Amino acid sequence: MPTSFELTPEMMRAIIMDHYSSPRHKHDAEGEGYVSLHSSSVNCIDDIEVYLKLNKEGKVEDACWNGVACAISTASSDIICDLLVGKTEDEAKYLIEQYNHMLHEEPYDAEPLEEALAFKNTSRQAARIHCATIGWDAFNELIKGHKHE
Amino acid sequence: MDLSKFRKDFPMLRDGITMQGKPLVWLDNASTTFKPDCVIEAIERYYKHETSNSHRGDYDLAYATDMEILKTREAVAKFIGSKKEEVVFTSGATNSLNLVAFGYGAKYLKSEDEILLTEAEHASNVLPWFKVAEMTGAKIKYIPLTKEGRLLPENLEKVITDHTKIVAVAHITNVLGYQADIKALSAIAHKHGAVLVCDGAQSVPHIKIDVKDLDCDFLAFSGHKLCGPTGIGVLYGKYDLLVKTDPFMTGGGMNARFDMCGDVGFLEPPMRFEAGTLNLAGIYGLHAAIDYLMGIGMDNIEAHERELKAYAVAKLKDYPNVKLYNADSEAGILTFNIDNIFAQDAATYFNSKGIAVRSGQHCAKILTSFLGTLATVRASFYFYTTKEDIDCLVDAIAHSEDYLDAYFI
Repeated sequence: MPTSFELTPEMMRAIIMDHYSSPRHKHDAEGEGYVSLHSSSVNCIDDIEVYLKLNKEGKVEDACWNGVACAISTASSDIICDLLVGKTEDEAKYLIEQYNHMLHEEPYDAEPLEEALAFKNTSRQAARIHCATIGWDAFNELIKGHKHE
Repeated sequence: MDLSKFRKDFPMLRDGITMQGKPLVWLDNASTTFKPDCVIEAIERYYKHETSNSHRGDYDLAYATDMEILKTREAVAKFIGSKKEEVVFTSGATNSLNLVAFGYGAKYLKSEDEILLTEAEHASNVLPWFKVAEMTGAKIKYIPLTKEGRLLPENLEKVITDHTKIVAVAHITNVLGYQADIKALSAIAHKHGAVLVCDGAQSVPHIKIDVKDLDCDFLAFSGHKLCGPTGIGVLYGKYDLLVKTDPFMTGGGMNARFDMCGDVGFLEPPMRFEAGTLNLAGIYGLHAAIDYLMGIGMDNIEAHERELKAYAVAKLKDYPNVKLYNADSEAGILTFNIDNIFAQDAATYFNSKGIAVRSGQHCAKILTSFLGTLATVRASFYFYTTKEDIDCLVDAIAHSEDYLDAYFI
């Protein structure tokens, strides 16, 4: 569903540039209790590792990522880390599901997506949808329990 | 050299093809090239009116197909200055290089032997040799490049030893477009008893080739990079070396006889290497492509691309935010980055302007450490490329601060 307000192209660009030029979560996991997953792209240079830590209640305590990535994969991976923290597994799965619907031009619930709405038009560059989902797909795998300690 | 009149022969160039709603500007010719009508018609002729298998029938259509294969072999031989018996049809340069690596390299290399490559090689001229080294115990070594990325004969002289059995190098490198002096490299290789394997994927479509003059032992190239169909390519080999080479694939069409005891007699080259039904439509198309290129003249093609390269290099000088990695290389290839724009993002931005360029490591992944960058953007020309195409690229570069707009507007 569309949002109550429309992001302008300037706002989308500002969000992506912000997370690309100063990503908050781009670092290796520090400390114990993380699961991680490596993800790379066949047709692009993106090559990243994502890290996820759940607390005892099953909520995301921390999410971070590191690696080589273009603007779109950097910003999208960084934004999902922001969004995941504090979410339950079910909330996280719902978030990722809505994001994927949005990228594939299917009906979606905009409510949980927040800054990730900046990728609303990524489907216009079909070859790059994968860059917007590489981090999201990896977190999805971790959340579904494909753990690689 | 104005070759723009040839653009009308290409449906992809004349039929109003667009990308992202913009007229298509095709600058990915190092990757593949467009097909003129004559090539498409030749393929169609085979499928519509001349379909038959080769070496099989006793009837007129099969005979006609055999004759077309022979004529194509002769056309290729004339095109590269070889004998027709030295022309092996493969599926492309990758297949050709694998045939040399496994049919010749794996047969003769011993654990004390060395294979010399460079850091600028395409994966297809690296990975088969890695595998052969693993199988035989032979060592892979690299000929040092100049700091620009050029392969100089004196650098081969520095590292070659009497243990070197294979020197496998690109005639023109696919990322930077430097042209190697194959004649001088062959002479050095031969002095030390090594064979020179030349990856001609980026040279044969663009410059006049005379294998006798180059004196390389093997030369690999693809049809689709010279206006021909995909799935057809050539391995040239000196005949005495082809005789010593084992087939990479066995099966129908390459054996003279065999019996239940496993006693097999292979055909002589080149048919020994052409097991199974060949890409016959591809051969028809390759013949048409070679005739077409020879009609334009390889010297004219080379001159035109050099002119375009000089034009583009001069224009890019006005943009200090563009880092060009190969201003002085011979080929019509520009390899560059725009400051603060990841190569892939730049390529997406160009796509949004209708411009097809390639980003990434261009299948030469060991080169990225040499260049000190993870990825580059590559724009590559052919004889049908125009100065207007380059102007479009430069104009896009001039407005590249808005590169993320590709995703929003």
